[in-house]
Amino acid sequence: MSEMKFQSTETAWCPGCGNFDILQTLVGVLNDLAFAPEEVLLVGGIGQAAKLNQYVNANGFSGLHGRSLPAAVAAKMVNQNLKVIVNSGDGDSYGEGGNHFLHNIRRNVDIAHFVHDNQIYGLTKGQTSPTSDPCSDTNAGACNLNKPFQPLLVALAAGATFVARSFSGNKEHMARMMKAAILHKGYALVDILQPCVSFNKVNTFAYYREHTYELEAEYDPTDIKAAVLRSMEFGAKIPIGILYQAQAPTFHQRRPEIFDETPMIDKHPAPDKLEALLRQYA
Amino acid sequence: MFNLCIGGPAGYGIETMAGIFEKILQRDGFYVFSMRDFMSRIRGGHNFAQVRFGTEPLAAHIDLLDILIAFDLTTYEQHKARLKPDGLLLADPELALTDARLLPVPLKQLAKEAGNPRTLGVVCIGAMMKALGMPLATAEAVLADTLNPKLLDSNLNAVRLGYANGTPKFTLAQGGAKNQLLLTGAEAMAMGALAGGMQFYSAYPMSPATSLLTFFSTHAAEFQLVVEQAEDEIAAINMALGAAYAGATAMTGTSGGGFSLMVEALGFAGIAELPVVIADVQRPGPATGLPTRTEQSDLLFMCFASQGEFPRMVIVVKDHADAFYQTARAVQLSRKYQIPVLLLSDQYLADSAATIAPLDVRKAGSSVQPLPGQAEAQGAYQRYAITPSGISPMRTPGRSQAVVRVDSDEHTEAGTITEEARVRVQMVDKRARKLDGLAAELIEPTYSGAEHPEVLLVGFGSTTGAITEAVSRLNLQGHAVGALAFGDVYPLPTKRLEQYWKQAKAVYSIEQNATAQLAKLIRMETGLRCTDSILKYDGRQMSVDEIVTGLHALGVGKGR
Ligand SMILES: Cc1ncc(C[n+]2csc(CCOP(=O)(O)OP(=O)(O)O)c2C)c(N)n1
Ligand code: SF4
Ligand SMILES: [Mg+2]
Repeated sequence: MSEMKFQSTETAWCPGCGNFDILQTLVGVLNDLAFAPEEVLLVGGIGQAAKLNQYVNANGFSGLHGRSLPAAVAAKMVNQNLKVIVNSGDGDSYGEGGNHFLHNIRRNVDIAHFVHDNQIYGLTKGQTSPTSDPCSDTNAGACNLNKPFQPLLVALAAGATFVARSFSGNKEHMARMMKAAILHKGYALVDILQPCVSFNKVNTFAYYREHTYELEAEYDPTDIKAAVLRSMEFGAKIPIGILYQAQAPTFHQRRPEIFDETPMIDKHPAPDKLEALLRQYA
Repeated sequence: MFNLCIGGPAGYGIETMAGIFEKILQRDGFYVFSMRDFMSRIRGGHNFAQVRFGTEPLAAHIDLLDILIAFDLTTYEQHKARLKPDGLLLADPELALTDARLLPVPLKQLAKEAGNPRTLGVVCIGAMMKALGMPLATAEAVLADTLNPKLLDSNLNAVRLGYANGTPKFTLAQGGAKNQLLLTGAEAMAMGALAGGMQFYSAYPMSPATSLLTFFSTHAAEFQLVVEQAEDEIAAINMALGAAYAGATAMTGTSGGGFSLMVEALGFAGIAELPVVIADVQRPGPATGLPTRTEQSDLLFMCFASQGEFPRMVIVVKDHADAFYQTARAVQLSRKYQIPVLLLSDQYLADSAATIAPLDVRKAGSSVQPLPGQAEAQGAYQRYAITPSGISPMRTPGRSQAVVRVDSDEHTEAGTITEEARVRVQMVDKRARKLDGLAAELIEPTYSGAEHPEVLLVGFGSTTGAITEAVSRLNLQGHAVGALAFGDVYPLPTKRLEQYWKQAKAVYSIEQNATAQLAKLIRMETGLRCTDSILKYDGRQMSVDEIVTGLHALGVGKGR
């Protein structure tokens, strides 16, 4: 075990919230990976989940609701030495930020995206989120009259190269998923089922413990068709694990004429370059 | 001085032809000012370019034409009244125009003879060279420099055939302009951003701001820029803010519609103190408005957009050189004060081309005095440390042992969320103190005209050239008129305004909008009330003549 460089501070979450396990696990993973706090950038939007970066001694960017991904990928674009990790909610990531979710998968910037999926809007006190369960006779509280959003299926359709799901109540599993996502080259999504003890009375710890199952050892994460089928499994049984992983050129790798080992922030073309360009207008 | 209009349906290569003609004029030593009036369509409709040139620097268009080149009847009908009685009308005999000013040149037939029916415009250029008594050799050289070698032969044939079929008509004075650059307002702005040190540009295409995105993309590898076409304008600005946080000098650009989508993030830049330049190349709104036309109606929106209160700076660019220097300055001011700087241009300026004196890259790149060295407080680094200037030392994440935290919520000095009343007030005040520093940076409006004006005009941005020329016309006729042209508009510099206002009997604002937004801003900031305004909001930029006529209608410059 390496030196414990990362710590978590006091939080503003409800006692018993699934976010605590996510925070603790992430801090553990960062320590295991032996990163330095100053090389890690934790980005969030707005929501309970998005507050996570406030509670870790790393670089932190608390942006706007729904807009964490554009800021996160841009920070990585200009300084690839930062390890960029986004923690945000299901509403933030799939609702308000839906367009960014779709298109940043396509960009394939090398970041990890951890969605704390409590199937509800926690911070705003319990409204339906894109991933809330469908309404039924037995369903009390927030539920979806609309078809629930299937984040993993959408991610696969958009060409994601790392698609995983985990459950905050299974810390060992969550740590494996987080580590793999952080080490993956390219955009990596982990949808983390996270009980909201205050507002989601259906999708509780017990509920997730009962419904989730780990992908079997023979499961082949390079098989996109299998991944598509498993990504749609969400109900009686919910698979957790790496549904899909593939290698594809990252945003930086696709632009060799622009990116090299020198981060963009260190590049300052000399004035004669612009003077030469101006001469073309003479 | 000559004024020429080339018009026809979209798809006739009017843009290309005007571009080539401008280069010929530049090479022959003439000053040029050239504007575009294009419809939002790819084929058909009515488009025109108007090229003004002569032996004195030019910064605006006028109405009266010396030459009209009509590719279709619509062009002739729309512009014939503006053509001087002794002007030249150049058109294909196919159009069967009966006009004493007509020089019929069988453009289509000659283009075909040249070996490429698409060389119509180049045939015209040849005929024009003849009419103006300009040397054919310059046209040939420009064509050789600008065209794809595969197309060169047919185009050279075309320009020679046009020349052979033309008739001499005008005598031009020798052009004496030396070392002039010929560029568009958009190009000037983009290169100004580079001079200022911009490294990151994210945008979503929107006329008339797209030319910035195109320019930066084209030059990305050469200048090692990150240029990203975002999925929408919200992403564009949030990307710029993420890049700025990580240490890049960042900018985004759009038109009013896209800026509307950026507004929440503008406030984020304000509270999180992230430096960013947001260029708004205005077009008439609201909503989709007139996509390819011009207006100055985003002024007040730019000054007041966003919930909450935070310091910002709004700069409107006035002409091509100004676009270069002010963009460089905007980039530096945003970094120095860690604020959003809003840079306003418009379709007229962005798309018009002009010859200007050489631009000084090094001067532009150091136009803002750097912040005096600041000692950092003892103890752990705090992104939002309270300082007398309101500016907290900004560190780049990953470049020291310190971690850097920024927040869109109200925050402590360390950048963590807080709701504490005392801290809230401290932070609002700290941010507001940046305005004290900014006040010392403001550039007063430029004044032109009579030493003691009886009539004072006020304007801003791209109308500056036309207003200045209108004033000098009236001055020549003996009228005591003067004009203040604003570039910095918010915070509004008021010293020179108050000084001239005292002397004037009447003050008129001249604006390219329907509600006299500059007049309102002046009234809000100074209590001074303009006598009246000359307003234009049909999507077409006011000419020098229109300003003079407008002033006459107000009783200025008449009856002497
Ligand atoms: C533009 C904007 N719209 C709405 C809000 C209010 N808001 C804050 S968080 C949130 C939803 C939170 O849900 P989620 O992202 O799932 O996070 P959770 O609190 O459940 O972790 C909403 C609607 C906001 N802050 N900004
Ligand atoms: S509201 Fe729900 S998600 Fe938010 S802290 Fe409380 S339990 Fe957690
Ligand atoms: Mg949620």
